Amino acid sequence: MQKVLTGNQSAAWGAMCAQAQVVSAYPITPQTTIIEELADLVAKGLLDAKFIKVESEHSAMAGCIGAQATGARTFTATSSQGLALMHEELHWAALARLPIVMADVNRAMAPGWSIWTDQNDSLSQRDTGWLQFYCESNQEVLDTVIQAYKIAESVDLPVMLVLDAFFLSHTYEAVEIPGQEATRKYLPPYKPSIYLDVKDPHAFGGIVPQDVYMEFRYKMQVAMNEALDVSVKADEDYKAMFGRGYGVIEQYRMDDADTILVTSGTVASTTRAVIDDMKAKGQSVGMLKMKMLRPFPADLVREALEGRKRVAVLDRNICPGMGGIWSQEIRNALYHTPESKRPDVYGYIVGLGGRDVTPEVIEKIALDVQERPIKDGEQVWIGLKE
Amino acid sequence: MTIRLAHYLRMNHMPHMWCPGSGIGIIVKGILTAFDELSINKNDLAFISGIGCTSRAPGYLDMYTLHTTHGRALSFATGVKFSRPDKNVVVISGDGDSTAIGGNHLIHACRRNIDITMIIVNNNIYGMTGGQYSPTTPTGAKAATSPWGNADHPFDVSALCKAAGATYVARAHVGSGVQLQRLIKGGLEHKGFAVIEVLSNCHTQYGRRNRLADPIDLINDVAKKTVNVRQAVKMSEEELEGKYVVGLIHKDESRKEYCEAYDEVIKRATASR
Ligand SMILES: Cc1ncc(C[n+]2csc(CCOP(=O)(O)OP(=O)(O)O)c2C)c(N)n1
Repeated sequence: MQKVLTGNQSAAWGAMCAQAQVVSAYPITPQTTIIEELADLVAKGLLDAKFIKVESEHSAMAGCIGAQATGARTFTATSSQGLALMHEELHWAALARLPIVMADVNRAMAPGWSIWTDQNDSLSQRDTGWLQFYCESNQEVLDTVIQAYKIAESVDLPVMLVLDAFFLSHTYEAVEIPGQEATRKYLPPYKPSIYLDVKDPHAFGGIVPQDVYMEFRYKMQVAMNEALDVSVKADEDYKAMFGRGYGVIEQYRMDDADTILVTSGTVASTTRAVIDDMKAKGQSVGMLKMKMLRPFPADLVREALEGRKRVAVLDRNICPGMGGIWSQEIRNALYHTPESKRPDVYGYIVGLGGRDVTPEVIEKIALDVQERPIKDGEQVWIGLKE
Repeated sequence: MTIRLAHYLRMNHMPHMWCPGSGIGIIVKGILTAFDELSINKNDLAFISGIGCTSRAPGYLDMYTLHTTHGRALSFATGVKFSRPDKNVVVISGDGDSTAIGGNHLIHACRRNIDITMIIVNNNIYGMTGGQYSPTTPTGAKAATSPWGNADHPFDVSALCKAAGATYVARAHVGSGVQLQRLIKGGLEHKGFAVIEVLSNCHTQYGRRNRLADPIDLINDVAKKTVNVRQAVKMSEEELEGKYVVGLIHKDESRKEYCEAYDEVIKRATASR
């Protein structure tokens, strides 16, 4: 079935296809319509789920944790301040190894108050033990929700998928919806490995002494490592079944390009058009789209970038005192590349607080990077007012 | 006497973003009138809010203002009051801001009896985010998140604050501007934690879903449900069912204010040294 949906509706329809059983959420712009769409799907009898409408995001995640611990498939969505408020429970969900799926609509952090997009909210949760996927289109949002359950339930870790405020969340596109029956063939009903069961009682969340805590963490790290291959395969299987796949990274017209732009989110789709234009003018440019942040697909990134002359990383985020977060990750991945094959990595800060990243901005970066002498760790801010 | 409204306003921030007909205008006027009648110097005021339509008020006020995170205005205000007890600290907050995400801070501010004036604008809904039900949405009422009627039982905000230890609790409604001003004035004069719950109208998000889309209809509907405290004492519990008691509900001047109580502890501690 095809429908014209916003990015937010696509997230809701993804959860509907995956047959989420419990939804626990608190409203925040620009996430609200995800939850409203889910309420509507339940009302129309298209989804058999229970809603917990709580008094804050902290309780929303706690509600998911409780429900998931009884063996139910759960879903939630939030944004910005709401995600920040969840922080404590994000660690909890991951360490409790509960495969919860959440959509985060990227919105800048306050103050100054902004409802527009940038990635600082989700990126500052990168160390919580959640897998993270950045989406570029409404179709990708829907497909990623379904894949997210497949991956999460295979490795017992929670998954966050991320979409840009307004550019995706409130923009309509035609979206193919697989429906519950077809989805069930890809994603069988959730079979929890551990859950609250009166016939086989367990204690959850007890105190863990020094001689075992590290082992819990180690197992989580092992699961994260496995999650990379699991994610690659989940995407391939999805493609085989539904004809659509995205890869955990995507090389767009990279062939033998000297200059590579690294992007994520909706900036990737604008960049595609810029690459096409510049290629037509004879420029040797290509794009690497990062979909996956955690686990970081370092080997795949290294393979894709080795032997290039230069890499410009477009960061719609800033880690003050360090620089763009994707550029840190990319530099780190290239550390072991032999010097002769290691490209120069340039960090560009763009589009904070929803400032538009236009084709002109992207082309400017692609040209600038070819002229600019490399300086260690330098961050170039694009479009700053005087 | 003419009230100097513009004196307390950032006129360069007009026009405001509130819906035409929203009760918030009556409430802001009530607050500014009370400031002026009490001759409060605007440099002696700290006006603090969380997030929501209501919480946009400080943006329009020409004084020390702080527009903070959702639900936490009282925590920020406690910091301000503690470091500058000489200032008048006023908080404005929606029903969602103050009793859902910020409910914890509300009961603890009441319990401590810190000298802050808290104006709770109760419009029975999350206005800003698009009409989701709040802890004060009546049972059965429709909201974006309860299209078939709300299953939750609402808070009686004034009763909650009184029970939690606030020493001045009053309830007003936007249909009665003079009473509203008088109760806010009383709260500002009170030494201790003062709560003025104002029943307001969000016809845009609440009214439209509950057949009260016209602001006047909604204001009248709220007014119809109010009973003055003097009348209420003569009424039975059944008669009071579904009614809002308005007026000065509770006042206790015997309890020590928190900043002063704290200073006394410090005095004791340093004296015994
Ligand atoms: C941590 C966090 N969660 C959610 C929000 C989104 N949010 C903004 S205003 C609001 C509700 C406002 O309702 P209320 O306090 O009743 O005020 P009103 O808009 O009705 O005046 C919400 C949920 C936020 N800003 N921060």
